[in-house]
Amino acid sequence: MRIKQILLVGFLSFLFYQANAQDSSLLNILNDSLAANAKPMYVTGTFKAGHIVNMQTVEQPAQGDMLFVIQHRFGQLNSGSYNFFGLDNATLRLGLDYGITNRLAVGIGRSSYLKTFDSYIKYKLLRQTDGNEKMPLSVSLLGTISNYTQDIPGETYLNFTYRTAYTLQMLLARKFSTRLSVEVTPTYLHYNLVPTVNDKNDLFAVGTGARFKLTNRTSINAEYDYLPSGQVVSTNVYNSFSLGYDIETGGHVFQLVFSNSQSMIESQYLAQTTGRWNKGDIYFGFNISRNFNVAKHKASTPK
Amino acid sequence: MKKIILSVALIVVACANSYSQLYITRTGYISFFSQMPLEDIKADNNQVYAVIDAGKKNIAFTLLLKSFLFPKELQQEHFNENYVESDKYPKSNFTGSYAGDVQLDKDGVYKILVKGNLTIHGVTKPVETPATLEVKGGKLIGNCVFTLQPEDYNISIPSVVRDKIAKQVTVTVKIECNPSK
Repeated sequence: MRIKQILLVGFLSFLFYQANAQDSSLLNILNDSLAANAKPMYVTGTFKAGHIVNMQTVEQPAQGDMLFVIQHRFGQLNSGSYNFFGLDNATLRLGLDYGITNRLAVGIGRSSYLKTFDSYIKYKLLRQTDGNEKMPLSVSLLGTISNYTQDIPGETYLNFTYRTAYTLQMLLARKFSTRLSVEVTPTYLHYNLVPTVNDKNDLFAVGTGARFKLTNRTSINAEYDYLPSGQVVSTNVYNSFSLGYDIETGGHVFQLVFSNSQSMIESQYLAQTTGRWNKGDIYFGFNISRNFNVAKHKASTPK
Repeated sequence: MKKIILSVALIVVACANSYSQLYITRTGYISFFSQMPLEDIKADNNQVYAVIDAGKKNIAFTLLLKSFLFPKELQQEHFNENYVESDKYPKSNFTGSYAGDVQLDKDGVYKILVKGNLTIHGVTKPVETPATLEVKGGKLIGNCVFTLQPEDYNISIPSVVRDKIAKQVTVTVKIECNPSK
């Protein structure tokens, strides 16, 4: 009898002890405190790489990071079996990007297309934050300058100034969900020299691009760059449309792309795209970027 | 009748033994580290929320995975985007209890054994580890080092970087909790 009672008491005490041990109220206290003190945090990974296909994204190397970028386009798919459907020809851009601060990045590049040098400066004006959605967008400013150095027979008057063009872009991006990010880029372009008086020196264009993640490390991208008509009249130019597939492996991002633009720099693909998708003037190619840490990065959090 | 009273008294004693006495921090520290031939991966989080109930000998932690800071920005992005998927699973937490004699009124370092459930990446696993609890000027300071395996928490590592990321990750915990009023 006594043994039974002792067992019962022991059992009840044990039950009580168990109930205490599994008490989740402590976690509730912490979660309430965490929620009350929640600070907005910067949204990261809006895009995987510095380019959607040709268009630059709001992503840029962090302070002290260097990116080596190889952009490569084969010839046109419709160039026939003799040219192995474009694979015999290639256009290449090599670029180096460097993060001076977490907000300011600079880059230089050289393209084989018209033997063009280019350089850019990119500044993160606003950064999207999550949580209570204080900042719905990331906004960056991008300025580029390009200079083509290819000799054109008989056109000896083409000096450095005449060969230079500038673009100024505002990159407006939003990561809508883990999978979907969209960017819109109003662009102002200036050419120091245009072929005829009817062509405009100052142009306006707007690009739109998006990425949709298939898995954590792969995504499909699309980009459409719209150039309102009446600005370039002496040559037949078309809007640039590109599709891409991103694969990320550690410090590399590998992008397979299809585009009707042969060039990969702003002043050329936006207003000098002569290829057309429906004619088969499609350039297959890839972008590869490799990240190097030159200096230690200091993390920053919103104030 | 006597026996019933005795029983009730015993239960009351058993319960009274488990009164609450909370010690809390919002600036606890947790870091993790893995050493690999190619590169070391280390991240610090200084915004760990922790509470110790010294009466019931219960303990709980919670933290935001996005608060882990890496020396390399790209590692931090990959950690959040590809590994712990902090958009989907923003928090990691631990609830459990500890065993060991800790005299709250006497400064000193006490050895304890912590047992409980750790949730990372939406997966909950039991964890058991020795730790120390220091009583110092009315504060409770907890210190602990343990290892965990990312694979246990469904954190998949692609084959291309598998050599770069350790199977074992060493976790260091330091919390300094003040009595809550």
